[in-house]
Amino acid sequence: MLDAQPRPDGRSLVEIRDLRMWFPIRTGLLKRHTGNVKAVDGVSFDIREGETLGLVGESGCGKSTCGRAILRLYEITGGSVKIDGQEIGDAGPNTLRRMRPTMQMVFQDPQASLNPRMTVARIIGEPLDEHTKMSRREKTAKVHDLMDQVGLNRAFADRYPHEFSGGQRQRIGIARALALNPKFIVCDEPIAALDVSIQAQVVNLLEELQAELGLTYLFISHDLSMVRHIATRVAVMYLGKVAELAPREELYGEPLHPYTRALLSAVPEPDPEAMGGSNRTILKGDVPSPSNPPEGCNFCTRCPDVMEVCHRVDPEFRQVRPGRWVACHLFEEGASSPSNRADTESMGDTA
Amino acid sequence: MPDRPEPVLDVRDLKTVFKTRTGEVHAVNSISFDLRPGELLGVVGESGSGKSVTMMSLIGLLPSPPAQIRGGTVTFEGRNLLTVPEADLRKIRGRRIGFVFQDPMTSLNPVFTVGDQIIEPIRKHMRLDRKAARARALELMQLVGIPDAARRLTDYPHQFSGGMRQRVMIAIALACDPDILIADEPTTALDVTIQAQILDLVHDLREKLGMAIVWITHDLGVIAGIADRVMVMYGGQVVEQAPVKELFARPRHPYTRALLKTIPSVRGARAPKLTVIEGQPPILGAAPEACSFRDRCPYRFAACDAANPPRFEVGPRHDAACFWNFDRDAPRDAAPAGEALNA
Repeated sequence: MLDAQPRPDGRSLVEIRDLRMWFPIRTGLLKRHTGNVKAVDGVSFDIREGETLGLVGESGCGKSTCGRAILRLYEITGGSVKIDGQEIGDAGPNTLRRMRPTMQMVFQDPQASLNPRMTVARIIGEPLDEHTKMSRREKTAKVHDLMDQVGLNRAFADRYPHEFSGGQRQRIGIARALALNPKFIVCDEPIAALDVSIQAQVVNLLEELQAELGLTYLFISHDLSMVRHIATRVAVMYLGKVAELAPREELYGEPLHPYTRALLSAVPEPDPEAMGGSNRTILKGDVPSPSNPPEGCNFCTRCPDVMEVCHRVDPEFRQVRPGRWVACHLFEEGASSPSNRADTESMGDTA
Repeated sequence: MPDRPEPVLDVRDLKTVFKTRTGEVHAVNSISFDLRPGELLGVVGESGSGKSVTMMSLIGLLPSPPAQIRGGTVTFEGRNLLTVPEADLRKIRGRRIGFVFQDPMTSLNPVFTVGDQIIEPIRKHMRLDRKAARARALELMQLVGIPDAARRLTDYPHQFSGGMRQRVMIAIALACDPDILIADEPTTALDVTIQAQILDLVHDLREKLGMAIVWITHDLGVIAGIADRVMVMYGGQVVEQAPVKELFARPRHPYTRALLKTIPSVRGARAPKLTVIEGQPPILGAAPEACSFRDRCPYRFAACDAANPPRFEVGPRHDAACFWNFDRDAPRDAAPAGEALNA
């Protein structure tokens, strides 16, 4: 199952259109609104039921903000987020609360996301207190089931988070996310804080749970090699926008966007046999500030293939081949014309 | 080994222990290695394997208490760094042995300009006047590829990006032309595209300056790209040591072998399921009396519980601390005396 593509008829569980999350910059004594940090600026994609969409990019590109905005952990600036057919972009607190069990999150830092004063049983059981009317006995049974499921010894249910190692703490976080039988889980850098030998344990667990429970993941990571392992499709973000979205093998085999190419070539290769030393692209300079992005394409200041048009016109994010979406002027010709991209168009098609 | 140049640094049987309220932590257990002029030695290991503590021990950067160096020698220019007076050690640190730490945000002082922080060690160690020191600082900033260096000398650390701050740290470390540069996870806090820039810079600097480098990292990909020789650490010990190509082609310790398999690649073939090293790293409560990897090792047999394996020579300049002989796929014969490296 791990290698299986989602069923071709797999419907979109999550539909994101033109999502924007701007944080206001306030300056001066009167805290006047003088600008915006455009952390997420017009992002559109679908996540199909049962798939893992990898969301990659460098720090500050907006990938975590995007994950949190999708779960409505922020008041979003604009755009639409539909989860399981329900629009939650502008939903009120009651609707959101009803939707919360469907969508859960696993955080990066298991140390910071677990309350040090609560036992493991209480941490995992807290969502059950909030959202279900289970009796105490039912709850204990459910917590024990969850601990089995993520490979934690149930004898440790009354221990505190500090008594566990990093990998085990992440298992506690995963058990808590699973408590309400969610359909969709945002995993925000779930392995970044773990050692390599422990990372593989957690990734394998996430894959097993997905196969068993039919979960859908948004897997946010800066680790391109791990995303290649776990994701069905991959979206690459740069400075608040998605630069490229493609099925995993196609993205890694033949990256189209110049940024994706540079990013992949920058990953150091642990296998000397596979080392492609000759065609490395080293990007010059740093990522511009999201409060003052460059005019035109946001990658134009570092792009090795920059053209005159890139400094003027922001390229549209469009499907250039079946299932392959790119925002780059290099792929203008032969692309579907911008006018036929309606909001109803499915962005999950690999047809 | 008469055909190889004299080492610039020779570490024998280094032992470091931390005394804590709940008992002792044996962070470094009899580590031996040397560093040859101009070579880049990669040190790989997971957190808690003792790689940083080893390097900090040998130049006296660990606060004592809680740290206590229990034994060993560190020979640098004919002197044992573990016994030289603090005043002399201070002259060696910074001047002869430079450092770059993981987090460039916390290792720069936020209230001084970047220029002041580069100039300070130059004036202290090289006894240059202010003008000459400033010229040297400018030269260093250009060397590490900071654009518009003259103007940026008067900027504060917060005005620099992460990659640029790490370049500043490297400039400070190189300020006095050290013989040895110790870099502790210098690119871990950086993004991949910025990491690629720094690795590129280190390639250039090695060609220009020719100092010996110890590069600590947990990323085998980084090691494969820059190291001449690699030392793999686990549980406060060196478990394997080999030239870089040899290590990747013929790993001879089960931990190294497992580590190489757990990392997915962005190129090459994609494994359907990741290989997992089951279990947890050891708790270093006492000096090891048996192999510290045995609880996680698929090759474990009686000998592993009976004694801590010494480093056996398994190839040219290649040793591994394991009782299993991977070349014959059988247990190693009772260690012939001449074969053990750190008897």
